[in-house]
Amino acid sequence: MKHPEAAAGFVADSAKSSWHDQALWGVRTKRDAAVSAIPEWEELREQGARIKAWSLAHLDDLLVQFEAQCQQNGIVVHWAADGPEHNRIVHGILAKHRVKKLVKSKSMLTEECRLNEHLEAQGMEVIDTDLGERIVQLRHEPPSHIVLPAIHLQKEEIAETFHKTMGTPADMTDETELTRAARKDFRERFLQAEAGVTGVNFAVADKGIVVVCTNEGNADLGAGLPRLHIACMGIEKIIPKFDHLSVFTRLLARSATGQPITVYTIHFHKPKPGGEMHVVIVDNGRSALLGRKDFRRSLGCIRCGACMNTCPIYRRSGGHSYMATVPGPIGSTLAPSKDPKTHDSLPFASTLCGSCTDVCPVKIDLHQQLLAWRGELVKMGYGDRKKIRSMKLAGKVLSSPTLYKLAGIGARIALRGPRFVLPSEAKKWLTNRDLPPVPEESFRARYRRHQK
Amino acid sequence: MRVGLFIPCYVDQFFPSAGMATVELLENHGCDVAFPEAQTCCGQPMANAGCSGDAAAAARHFVDTFSGYDYVVSPSGSCVAMVKHQYPKIVGNAASSVVSKTYEICEFLLDVVKVTQLQASCSKLVAIQMACHGTRELRLATGSERPALPTFSKPRQLLEMVDGMQLVELQRPDECCGFGGLFSIDEVDVSCAMGDDKLSDFQQARAELVVSTDMSCLMHLGGLSSRQDRGLKFAHIAEVLNGDWA
Repeated sequence: MKHPEAAAGFVADSAKSSWHDQALWGVRTKRDAAVSAIPEWEELREQGARIKAWSLAHLDDLLVQFEAQCQQNGIVVHWAADGPEHNRIVHGILAKHRVKKLVKSKSMLTEECRLNEHLEAQGMEVIDTDLGERIVQLRHEPPSHIVLPAIHLQKEEIAETFHKTMGTPADMTDETELTRAARKDFRERFLQAEAGVTGVNFAVADKGIVVVCTNEGNADLGAGLPRLHIACMGIEKIIPKFDHLSVFTRLLARSATGQPITVYTIHFHKPKPGGEMHVVIVDNGRSALLGRKDFRRSLGCIRCGACMNTCPIYRRSGGHSYMATVPGPIGSTLAPSKDPKTHDSLPFASTLCGSCTDVCPVKIDLHQQLLAWRGELVKMGYGDRKKIRSMKLAGKVLSSPTLYKLAGIGARIALRGPRFVLPSEAKKWLTNRDLPPVPEESFRARYRRHQK
Repeated sequence: MRVGLFIPCYVDQFFPSAGMATVELLENHGCDVAFPEAQTCCGQPMANAGCSGDAAAAARHFVDTFSGYDYVVSPSGSCVAMVKHQYPKIVGNAASSVVSKTYEICEFLLDVVKVTQLQASCSKLVAIQMACHGTRELRLATGSERPALPTFSKPRQLLEMVDGMQLVELQRPDECCGFGGLFSIDEVDVSCAMGDDKLSDFQQARAELVVSTDMSCLMHLGGLSSRQDRGLKFAHIAEVLNGDWA
């Protein structure tokens, strides 16, 4: 299935689609309010963009520096070329410690690598501890948003899930009560866990520090209680200096939810006394993306989700319609670099309105990348072949004044005539929309009279 | 000052009054307007479909047709953004003879002609449909995404010069209408949902007339409104500035 069909399914429930749109627009509005309180916001974005650009240009040196600093701090560093290697490494560390139960805070990287499936297949129990992620885990669904994983669900649906899986009363739909039930369930699981896996928001090269940002404190508890902590990160999470960190912590939460800062921002410097800390650094297609001039800036993404909240298509079509680990505008530029055939409709799931580019806290030229991807995909032989053939014809007609005039006359006659002679594109337009009344004269005919 | 007028292909065929209003506005403000008959299309439909090779022929033709004028002016922010932002990528240096002198009509009137008053009136309650490429590529107005910057809006500034102008305030003033060229066909369901939401926003603000810098948004919104008998009217901003909606 491609995006238009998946989107049509979500939009068909217009009440839910509209609720989803308004919920996310609410987040966008909070972001706007937080941004207006920072007069230097645009300069801050510029700083963020420049630090990321510099980091990506010096990634090789910074990663080596980060590894050395981590080792000095007593953190064990592992390198994984792809998802399967990452999963093997994580499993290896857990197996060595005979771990059967682990807790995991939010990490889009482990979603990307499908770590949970891998560990579960080997008999381990993985509990996602971000509340939204836990909800989708209980429903055997992927997250539909990178910051708000269960935003596609209304509280009644969550109540039903909790009723089935945790035995809460069927009619308990109050948000606070549902959250309390989840917290009680979580508490036991945190205490039983033998290891904690976390993602990484920022990896500080000059100090060998791993920074994790959450609102629920679940990463702190998950990494702090068990003896073993494994932090998984993509190579692009590096920032050069500790001094740069505040630029990103100021940008991240304001862009994500309109908060001045995430409720918890933990800096992991070294293993806890008597414990072990591991960092797994993963490539999985990132260095190939770094080699693509038009698209490398997408590696600067700090996963705030602002482009999703602002995207008028995402808000109405829902995150699952993208069928990619990361949905929305950033996902639509990341996914084709991994698998262009599967994701060839995503760069077209955009009006190129440019709102994503303007909210991005690190100034990724998202809508320009989506446009550039369209060209790449057509060159690679993907996309709608019929449309591409008609574009070839349009290119010929629209570069020749004579053919253009004839086509204009033809179109005006055809649109006055019976509808069955119209091409399928015009029919699709006409399913929900009228066409403008066809005027007696074209502009150029009127202009000729005006000149006389 | 010799102004070469670029009328987008679909405006030429379907919205001649938007084109004529642009001609009259420019002439009334002392511009020597010429409409080169050889013009066709800026090439945006092909470029946005990923067929930049097919767009290049149209782009080169545009450059050949317009390079001799002092200015190129068009009643479409989207086509102008195509020329200014995409031509350098598609046809390289050849674009340099048109890129810096191509203007959307509102920015041309304010920034080049320096219009400070208009001979026009309007009695309707008017909503502005801020077209995306005008807002976020040409920066005709401060986008709602950048609230830390000083607020301005060129279309609003011009409309406020119209006698009796009553502008209504929208809940989402620069949300995309959902047209997006071929998007309106490829993603017809999302496209129409977006359009419906815009129409509801216009109506909750009690707008009677919706104006835009781009007829393409209005073709989509007008098509939806007419199918649903919403009773809204739509006009290109040039028509209102020219006094056609007195």
